[in-house]
Amino acid sequence: MSTPTPLIRVENLHKSFGEKKVLRGIDLDVAKGRSLVVIGGSGTGKSVLIKCIIGLLKANRGKVEIEGRNIAKLTDKDRAFMTRRSGMLFQGAALFDSLRVWENIAFRLLYGERTPRKQARDKALDCLAQVGLAPEVGELLPAELSGGMQKRVSLARAIASDPEILFFDEPTTGLDPIMADIINNLIIERVRALGAAAISITHDLSSARKIADEVAMLYQGQIIWRGSPEEMMNSGNPMVDQFVNGRAEGPIKMAMRRS
Amino acid sequence: MNIVAAIGQLTLDVLRETGRITRFGARGAATSLSGPFYWRPFFGSLGRIGYASLPVVGLTAIFTGAALALNIYDGSLRFNAETFLPQILSVSIVRELGPVLAALMVAGRCASAMAAEIGTMRVTEQIDAMSTLAVDPFKYLIAPRIVATTLALPVLVIVADIIGIYGGYLISVYVLDFSGPVFIRNIADFLEVRDVVSGLIKAAVFGFLIAVTGCYYGYISRGGARGVGAATRTAVVAAAVAILASNYFMTSLLVEV
Repeated sequence: MSTPTPLIRVENLHKSFGEKKVLRGIDLDVAKGRSLVVIGGSGTGKSVLIKCIIGLLKANRGKVEIEGRNIAKLTDKDRAFMTRRSGMLFQGAALFDSLRVWENIAFRLLYGERTPRKQARDKALDCLAQVGLAPEVGELLPAELSGGMQKRVSLARAIASDPEILFFDEPTTGLDPIMADIINNLIIERVRALGAAAISITHDLSSARKIADEVAMLYQGQIIWRGSPEEMMNSGNPMVDQFVNGRAEGPIKMAMRRS
Repeated sequence: MNIVAAIGQLTLDVLRETGRITRFGARGAATSLSGPFYWRPFFGSLGRIGYASLPVVGLTAIFTGAALALNIYDGSLRFNAETFLPQILSVSIVRELGPVLAALMVAGRCASAMAAEIGTMRVTEQIDAMSTLAVDPFKYLIAPRIVATTLALPVLVIVADIIGIYGGYLISVYVLDFSGPVFIRNIADFLEVRDVVSGLIKAAVFGFLIAVTGCYYGYISRGGARGVGAATRTAVVAAAVAILASNYFMTSLLVEV
């Protein structure tokens, strides 16, 4: 039986900023319906990795394939089509603060797909309900929402076009444990409901354990370990052990100043 | 570093930055002319840039017109040419002061606001988010602002011209004892269409430059609140320099010497 083509495949990805090499040959793949969580300390290149995959940053070397197609070689039209099939939840929610909540959620529909406003608003309110928020919230501005509500709205925006690929950048950072668990549950539920391939980056281990089908650890620009969430706690890898147990002593030396 | 090397480096930096702004402006212009065009952000920008700038442009114009009338009267008295006050006043305002002062005021208000708004969107990843939502930030953020500012500034300049001349009229009639009807007739007889048109052409170019510099420095800003603050400051200075420098070159092209 042949192995199905992964929805997302990353091969030998390199990314540098000037002299600083952030990614040094990343290999990853995620199949449809699977959730991969990339863990790692601050400044290890997790956000850079996800931005290279989604096309916000251009890799220096290597390739990113979506359904077997190299995104660097796509025409603008095809790239726009690929972008329409993905959604992303940003660490700081990244809601457009001059637009009301429902307009944020329906942004892609309103301005990317030129959907009539009434239809886009109905879809936005439906997405808002899916993340457990009342329709009245749709009329508020992002500044009027709490951090947890902003994350929920950002999640609603990410799923508004029923994407097949989802990216989550630190989805629970800055939230209290209860709100973090609510967000985790929403992520699991939405990923399952959409049958999407998901890549999340986080250093919140309880979140990683909960939402991951598979975990990969990024260190010094490379994937140094990959396994199931259960294996993560007893991986036998000294760097993974140090990270998951939160020990200052060990092979991972945290940079005390930016190079 | 010796002084020659420092000057050379500064020159290269200025040329490099000018090249980047030019490329950004060309992309902005091309995006403005190609579809789709987003009307909602366009009308929002038009209101903020055009309508909301009316008070400051009007106040600047009326006081400048009034002060200019006094200065022209005082200067022209020295060679008994004070009767030409309306003509000199009107041509100065319509050709030069109206467009330049209105543009500088709009640059102070709007180039800074554009840089701050777009810069904040950049550092809070809102522009990245827009890209992931399959909407080109150039089409949604930059093109509507460029078109709105380019169209709004000529209208603001017409208002500045009228109010500036009215400021001069008030001083001439109520302080310097000119006849009101004669003042107006002199202006009407003297001013040519090309005087007004040259001011409006300048205004449109100034509007384009203000939007491009404001958007550019916001779009490239980095590093949080400090970066946005620096972008705002640089945008205003660059817009003012661009207005004054382009004003000279346009004047040299538009006047028949």
